Amino acid sequence: MYVTWDLMANAIVAGILLGGFYAAVAVGVTIAFGMLDIVNIAHPAVMMIGAFLAYLALNTFGIDPMITMVILAGVGLAIGPFLYRGYHALIEKRGDESLQGLAFFFGILFIVEIGLVMTFGVDYRALELSYLSKTFELGAVSIPARMLIPFVVAMIMCGLCYAYLFYTFTGRTILAVAQDVEAVRLIGADPQRSKSVAFSIAIATGLVAGVLLILIQPVEPSIGREFIGRAFAVCVLGGIASITGTVTAAMILGVAETLTASLIGPSWSPAISFGLLLLTLAFRPSGIFGR
Amino acid sequence: MSKNDFTINRREALAGIATAALTAGSIVPASAQTQQPIRIGMGMAMTGGLAALGKSALLGMQIWKDDLNARGGLLGRKVEFVTYDDQSSPAVVPGIYSKLIDIDKVDLVVSGYATNQIAAAMPTIMQKKRLFMTLFGLAANDQFKYDRYFQMQPNGPDARMEFSRGYIETAMAMNPKPKTIALVGADAEFPNIALDGARENAKKAGLKIVYDKMYPPNTIDFGTIVRSIKATEAELVFVASYPPDSAGMVRAAREVGLKSRMFGGGMIGLQSAALKTQLGPLLNGVVGYDLYVPEPTLKFPGIEEFLKKYQAEAAKQGVDPLGFYIAPFAYAEMQVLEQAIVAVGSLDEAKLAQHIHKASFDTVAGTIKFQERGEWAEPRVLLVQYQGVTGNDVEQFKQTGRQVILHPPKYKSGDIKAPFGD
Repeated sequence: MYVTWDLMANAIVAGILLGGFYAAVAVGVTIAFGMLDIVNIAHPAVMMIGAFLAYLALNTFGIDPMITMVILAGVGLAIGPFLYRGYHALIEKRGDESLQGLAFFFGILFIVEIGLVMTFGVDYRALELSYLSKTFELGAVSIPARMLIPFVVAMIMCGLCYAYLFYTFTGRTILAVAQDVEAVRLIGADPQRSKSVAFSIAIATGLVAGVLLILIQPVEPSIGREFIGRAFAVCVLGGIASITGTVTAAMILGVAETLTASLIGPSWSPAISFGLLLLTLAFRPSGIFGR
Repeated sequence: MSKNDFTINRREALAGIATAALTAGSIVPASAQTQQPIRIGMGMAMTGGLAALGKSALLGMQIWKDDLNARGGLLGRKVEFVTYDDQSSPAVVPGIYSKLIDIDKVDLVVSGYATNQIAAAMPTIMQKKRLFMTLFGLAANDQFKYDRYFQMQPNGPDARMEFSRGYIETAMAMNPKPKTIALVGADAEFPNIALDGARENAKKAGLKIVYDKMYPPNTIDFGTIVRSIKATEAELVFVASYPPDSAGMVRAAREVGLKSRMFGGGMIGLQSAALKTQLGPLLNGVVGYDLYVPEPTLKFPGIEEFLKKYQAEAAKQGVDPLGFYIAPFAYAEMQVLEQAIVAVGSLDEAKLAQHIHKASFDTVAGTIKFQERGEWAEPRVLLVQYQGVTGNDVEQFKQTGRQVILHPPKYKSGDIKAPFGD
């Protein structure tokens, strides 16, 4: 065993950075699934749209992904209400949305994937940016820009989501919708509007998470599927409908993965992470921050 | 001559032209008109994770078909493909081959890409006793031992050992000889097999294995893994990985400042233009297995013409613009089939299989002879090292000297530059 303090320190920092990316992926699931009860299995497809649009923006128009992600967040917020209205009219209004909604989003996932294949081809795409290959040294700890930038963006994004949900009237109605739709009606708010806004935020975060993914690694149209399990795991571990819980759970999973990779071996990482999830659910079924 | 007469004459002339055109149609050889085309069926990954190579392979095959039909076809018949997208999912493959054989009633079937798809098709193919030309199957017939199976990746009879043989032999030729090796790879089929062989080759060479771990396929952070390897101070690092991991490992090795003497080995993805151009100069010093690179020691008749056609069409279709990895072997696979059919003079699959077992075939991928399990009798897995890569331009990879062949000695085109970190 070749474990040193340097290795441990690097593993913890790498885990926190990785956790930041997981939080970016999971926050949209937390809002859609945790707060709105919408099983948006197509969240990875939204990510892939974001990733490929960032690729297109950089390679066709020379737009830096940092700018693209801001534009995409705006686009997500703008088109989200229409998407939600479509979902509401087709599925939610008719009831039994859990099973039909699942099938609906699976369909969306496949359509988006095929659309991306037909538009961009099937090759792996990555962004070639000089600032991504930089590595910052903090004593013995090295921090690659490729992981640091997604972490910083993810924390800003989660912070904004938190601030919106807790410090605005619409945000509070979204939190209220997650608990009791009838109560929201009684205070004079429109639950459909709240859901529509929340779904838009989920779409926007998905698009941004896609941009972050293509900063980290090459992507192909179907690669997003690999993250759906982890995103739901983070969401459940964090307490289903809690932004703070999502960020905390993402960090815990990230650090657990990197420490396991350093101390035991990387192939044990999923077992340790999901073991942690099972243990948490056994002793605290509502998740870390669940009520 | 009246105007009406002239009009009549013009009509007559038009009628004459039409008659001539019809007559010309009727003098096309009767065989091409009356005989049905030869239909070759296959499932191929056109969407999903395997699609990048699946579409590249299909383009290679289509170029063969167009070349052949322009030459008049096969046995006087045109050739057509019946293709279905297997969506990179082995689960749909048995259904595709049942449909191709029982409903579409194709004359011949070939496999899609790659091992899992081939293995999934095998029970159907064997039950129907069909000839099966396959593309990039890793030891897929070792268990079935089907005598009508032929495989086009040049792994040779012992594929497990081939993906690391060149790496270990090249390493042990360095002075001073290395003593330690780290083995790392994705917890998936190909890396498992490649690492298994690497373990055995390393032990035979007397190397001490100081790190031997696998990582889950959807790993994102490779820095932690590379740091653990760096802490072992391994002189050699053998990596067996899939495309996104290959990119992740190379980037992480640079970010962490890995200083091993050799790094790479069994990395899938580096053979494609997408990763070559994305990684660019980060590739310098990395060694990897490959199957074809444009080095002067590897000139086969027809390969350059084929690549020219491929590269022109690939740009339009949005598939791998270089086409070094799978496309020449897909074309060569069809050349084997073509040469066998011409030699046998029919589509009798039993006779074709017998002939393919006995004969040698000259193709754009070199001269090929198959052994009893349908693998190449002589392995030709190359170990290449990236040297002198500057920037991210794809054109440089068409030049010699960028992917220098280190092994096997027969095709060696340059010397290793070590250590990797420099």
